[in-house]
Formats: sequence, C-alpha cells, structure tokens
Amino acid sequence: MTTTATPPLRAKVRRADRVFSTSTVVAGILILVALAAVAVFLIAQSIPALLADPSELKGSPSSFWAYVGPLAFGTVWAAFLALLIAFPISIGIALFISHYAPRRVAQGLGYVIDLLAAVPSVVFGLWGIKVLAPMVTPFYGWLVDNFGWFPLFAGSVSGTGKTILTVAIVLAVMIIPIITALSREIFLQTPVLHEEAALALGATRLEMIQMAVLPFGRAGIVSAAMLGLGRALGETMVVAMVLSPAPVISFVLTGSANPSTIAGNIALNFPEAHGIEINALIATGLILFAITLVINSVARVIVNRRKAFSGAN
Amino acid sequence: MSKRIEVNDLNVFYSKFKAVEGISLTIEPRTVTAFIGPSGCGKSTFLRTLNRMHEVIPGAYVEGEVLIDGNNLYGAGVDPVLVRRQVGMVFQRPNPFPTMSIRENVLAGVKLNNRRMSKSDGDDLVEKSLMGANLWKEVKDRLGLPGSGLSGGQQQRLCIARAIAVSPEVILMDEPCSALDPISTLAIEDLIEELKQQYTIVIVTHNMQQASRVSDRTAFFNIAGTGKPGKLIEYDDTTTIFSKPSVQATEDYVSGKFG
Repeated sequence: MTTTATPPLRAKVRRADRVFSTSTVVAGILILVALAAVAVFLIAQSIPALLADPSELKGSPSSFWAYVGPLAFGTVWAAFLALLIAFPISIGIALFISHYAPRRVAQGLGYVIDLLAAVPSVVFGLWGIKVLAPMVTPFYGWLVDNFGWFPLFAGSVSGTGKTILTVAIVLAVMIIPIITALSREIFLQTPVLHEEAALALGATRLEMIQMAVLPFGRAGIVSAAMLGLGRALGETMVVAMVLSPAPVISFVLTGSANPSTIAGNIALNFPEAHGIEINALIATGLILFAITLVINSVARVIVNRRKAFSGAN
Repeated sequence: MSKRIEVNDLNVFYSKFKAVEGISLTIEPRTVTAFIGPSGCGKSTFLRTLNRMHEVIPGAYVEGEVLIDGNNLYGAGVDPVLVRRQVGMVFQRPNPFPTMSIRENVLAGVKLNNRRMSKSDGDDLVEKSLMGANLWKEVKDRLGLPGSGLSGGQQQRLCIARAIAVSPEVILMDEPCSALDPISTLAIEDLIEELKQQYTIVIVTHNMQQASRVSDRTAFFNIAGTGKPGKLIEYDDTTTIFSKPSVQATEDYVSGKFG
C-alpha cells in the first residue's frame, strides 16, 4: 500500500476538454461563416443593380445612388430620432429599477419591461397606425402652427399623422425594453465597494450614481444603445405599416413627404419587384449592412478610447 | 480638525435583528482607537454607525445617540450626507474609483462640496493630500493615470488621501490592512501614526499586534453566541487591555485562547 507508481508528468489529453474546446471553436467559426455568406450574397446580387441603367429602377432615378440616398438618410434619421427619444427614458427606467425602486416594484417593473421586448413588431405597427398616428395629428398641427419657423416643423402638416416622427416614437417604444433591460443588468453589477466609496465621501444618491454607477457602466450603456439602434435601423414592419413614404431627403418631422427607410422600402416593394428591381432592393440591403457596420465600429472606438479607465483591470 | 466622539447607549438593528447592544464609550480627539473582537461581534457595524454608513443597508436603524463635539448625528433633521463629509471612511478592500485618474480620485470628495476649484488650488490639494498619505513620491509623475493601476497598498493609501482631502474631523478605518501584504501594512500603520497628529482615528482590526502597535485605546467586543447581539466588553488604554485586562474574556481573546 505504500508503493504507488509515480505517474508520468505528461499532460493528459482529457476528452471532455477536447470536445468542449472544439465545439467553441466551431461555434465561433460558424458565426463568421454566416456573416460572410450574407455579405457574399448581398454583394453578388447587388452588382447587376449597380451596373444597370438607372432608368430601369423604380421611379427612374438619375442613378442608383439617387435611389438609395433618401432611403439611407431616412433609415439613419428615423433610428437616430428613436434613439434620442428612447435613450434617456431607458436609462431613467433602468436607474429607477436598480437604485430607487423598492425591491418589489423593481421586480414587477422588470417583468413588464421584458414582456414589452417580446411583443412582435407588427403589433407595434398596428398600434402606430390605429392609435398613435390619429392621436398625434392635432399635436403636429399645433406644432406646425406655432413652431413652423423652426426647420424641423416647416411646411404643411401631414393630415394623417403618418410621419417620420410617429415612426420614430413607435421605434423608440420598441427599443426602450432592450436598452432598459441591458442597462439595468449593468447598473446592478456596479461594485458595492465603489458605491460605498462615493457615499462615504458624502455623496448624495444622485452624486453616487454620477461618480460610481454611470462611469462604471459606460461601456455597457454604449453597447446597449447600439443594440437598440441596431434594431431601430433594421426594423421593417413598423416603418412599412406606419409611414407614408416619398423619395426625398428632408429633416421635417411633421410633413407629409417623409423619407422611407431601407428595410421598410424593401418590405413594401419586394412583392411586386421583378428583374433588376430585385437586385436594386438587395443592393439597398447591402448599404444597410454597411451603415450598421460603420455605426457599430464607431461605438467600439468610443468604448475602447477610455479602456484603461473602464474598471476592467 | 479633530473632535471628541461620545456614544450613549447605542443599539443597532438590521430590521428586527439586534446586531449591537448597549454601547457607551468616549473617544478622545487626536487619538487612535482600535476595535477588536471575534468575527461577527459587531465591530464593523458599530464603526459604520459613526458616519451613518450602516443606513446604506435597507432596514438598518439605531437607537441611542452618537455625539461628535456635542452634536447628535442621529438628531432630527441631521443629513447623513453632511455627516459623512465630516467623518471620512477607509474600507477593508481598497476602492479607488476605477473610472477616475489618481488626481480625480483625490479630488472626488472635494468636488462634491465645492464644484468650482481653480486648477492650481486643485494641484495644491492633490499634492498635500497625497503627501499626507505618503503616496506623493510614488505617483507624482502619473497623476493622470487610472488609480486602479496602482498596487493594493498604494490604492489603499490613495483611498486615505481621498478621505483626508475633504479635511474630515474623524477618520474611520474598517480593517484597512486585511487585504494588504506586510510591507504595505507597515506603510499604512506608519501613516496612521502621522495622521493621529491631526485627526481622530478609529480602526477596526482583526490583527491584535496591529491594535497594540497603532492604538492608544482599545475596545474589545464580543458576542454571547450566534444570533445574539454584539456587546462592548471592555474599553481601556491599549497597554492595559493587552497586559492586565479586567475581564476574563478579554484576556482569553488577546492571549489567543479563542477568536
């Protein structure tokens, strides 16, 4: 019983380890392959549209770029407006849940928010047409009457309320749950140690949030906003249902001539498209892909710029 | 800048649970007072009542009074935020704000009180506070770098600099060296000796050698059993507590028979 063979000090190949590491590698490669496949499809199908005679495209624009320009603008403008509305509200709700609400209320509110995230976008679209648009129409009229001098409310008012601002409000309602749910998780993870450090220095609750909670969650908040923005950029149903589109580039929020978005435009025109028009729609999809990529990269740069101060070390 | 602390018949509760019972003691200005005792005996809880930090935990409240130069911290209308600006605190684990530079960390508390401060005033205060915390020489060339890049001992001294930058009247230290190596511990103990010239210091420690090295007075806390409230057993000059304590439990504890 005293003599045991000295085991060799060679690393033993453990099967479970092997299987697990291989499966993670496969999963990682899979996502890259999927992304590459989408990119290849978009590029391959876009080329005919880019090379075609622009007069064959819908509306006979002077070039493909004149066709996609208003759509790209509308996409970014609507998503930006939605984020502008949703971001402060979401951060407010998240902070309320994580730092102000009594535990019971916080839990209930958390469920409601998660539920809101699960509502299909077609339902939001219906709500936008049936409830929101008629409701805001008189308000838009009032805005145009009184603030018509302000460029955003210039021109004549839309009679239906189906404007880009209405779309942006519906989009905001849709992305609030995403941004809220993510920021709430981030705020809850603020180390108690740092919160106490702030409080012990004589910080009020608000000052503690400014000193410890928000800076600590900065990278996460930016990521949450980007995910929300991503959904707003790609949202199809709501735009297709609510907006009355026109091929214009206009910042006006309340008028009847509103730029559509890329995704909304594809949804509306795809059923009737044929030949080169299909390629043109796919090419707009490629542009949307590029826009999303650029916006995400910018966000990444913003997050990384102050990496040393992120608290991750 | 240093004040006398008087505690009269203080009970501390977490909701219905009584954590600390019937504490009365007086802490003189410009002294170091050590709280010792076994884990869970309420030392840290009691320490945190001295700047109302225990209220951060939902359901926590106290009975009795804590007077700092005659003013009751728990009097009607006393703002805990203002109490904490007078009574600084250093925690068990170093907690500089990771999102701030060394300089910003030192000025964090001052910015709360006095948002407008000229750059030169700020520089002076940063230098003075870091000097006071024996950290200036080590960090003066990298004030703009994140505080989280320092070693554990340096981070803890940065936290002390942050606490003294607001010129508090009292500094509370909750096991400030328990996460540090012996060299860093020595640096903090030397620092406590110097800070004593200006501030009233109260330190919780698990290390009895540390209590005997740094403190003038020592308070021994104990509990009768789990679920029972912690009590102050004996409070006397440190030399007396460690050489001829009047209570048997104190002697057993300081001689290492339990705890």
